[in-house]
Amino acid sequence: MVQVKMGSNILGANELLARKNRNLFEERELLVVNLMSSPGSGKTTILERTIEALKGRLKLGVIEGDLYTDRDAQRIEQKGAPVVQINTEGACHLDAGMISGVLAKIETRELDLMVIENVGNLVCPAEFDLGEDCRVVVISTAEGNDKPMKYPLIFRQADAILINKIDLIPYTDFNLSQFQQDAAQINPDAQMFEVSARTGKGMEKWADWLVARVEEKKAGYNKKG
Amino acid sequence: MHEMALMDGVLNAVRESARDRNLSKINKIKLVVGKFSMALPDSLQFAFEVLSQEEIFAGAVLEIEERDIVCQCRGCQLQFEIDNTYRFVCPGCESRQVEIISGRELYIDCYEGEEADGTG
Repeated sequence: MVQVKMGSNILGANELLARKNRNLFEERELLVVNLMSSPGSGKTTILERTIEALKGRLKLGVIEGDLYTDRDAQRIEQKGAPVVQINTEGACHLDAGMISGVLAKIETRELDLMVIENVGNLVCPAEFDLGEDCRVVVISTAEGNDKPMKYPLIFRQADAILINKIDLIPYTDFNLSQFQQDAAQINPDAQMFEVSARTGKGMEKWADWLVARVEEKKAGYNKKG
Repeated sequence: MHEMALMDGVLNAVRESARDRNLSKINKIKLVVGKFSMALPDSLQFAFEVLSQEEIFAGAVLEIEERDIVCQCRGCQLQFEIDNTYRFVCPGCESRQVEIISGRELYIDCYEGEEADGTG
């Protein structure tokens, strides 16, 4: 019997590819956002509104992750932003290799900001670094306010949290102050935005935050660098 | 969910390492999994059973050592455990600037195997 000591990171292969992506984004001064949420929380609608809010301010491109369809990519295209689709064919998350595989299909040199819309899931995407600068989690009020406690890792790692469908609060049991308290206890540094992608409420502040992140990166500041 | 993808990576790494060392049979694989990783031990076991169908893994067992979530306060340096209330706040000085020093582990610790001629 032989015992072989390995000590090797199970996600090591992904992390190597994520580092390559990060270096490339760095070189191109491109800010990359990994947008994550459960299905139906409104990621694509938020993106549509974000494209509108950033018109004339930033050049935004999108990588759309979806299990099988290109419905979301079509919606983004209609808003006039360059978009490339990744179909994971059943996989529950995007990984760094999928991102590097489609980078040739999008003119990253012409962009200031690229948003990667991850597969709707609060569990698996949290473990897979894509090479992004910012991780953003969307939660909608219809999902209930217990999500930070149920999916702590994704909230712990978030740079920003968007509380979407804020206009529906009167019709739900969502306890906003409890949510804010729980999220802040898991991650005191995350910036929280209350938005309604449907009505447009709060979208300007969120757009301003993105512009500030892009400016920071262009100024050579990258906190994860 | 993603435990299948993780286990696929584990088996590939062990298979490759075993081939380099001329080992023909794996008896045990040991993983270290932190409680603040999103990999569930039960799901990893299930993925292992499903994916370890090749001859080299016949009869092999998967051992998983779980690690608690431990933080260190950046202010007063106190080390403390995090329970399932996920309160990342220092119990000593109430600071929220705390660093996770354990609980995010997800690695292959070691494996046991036998050489091709059976003498391993």
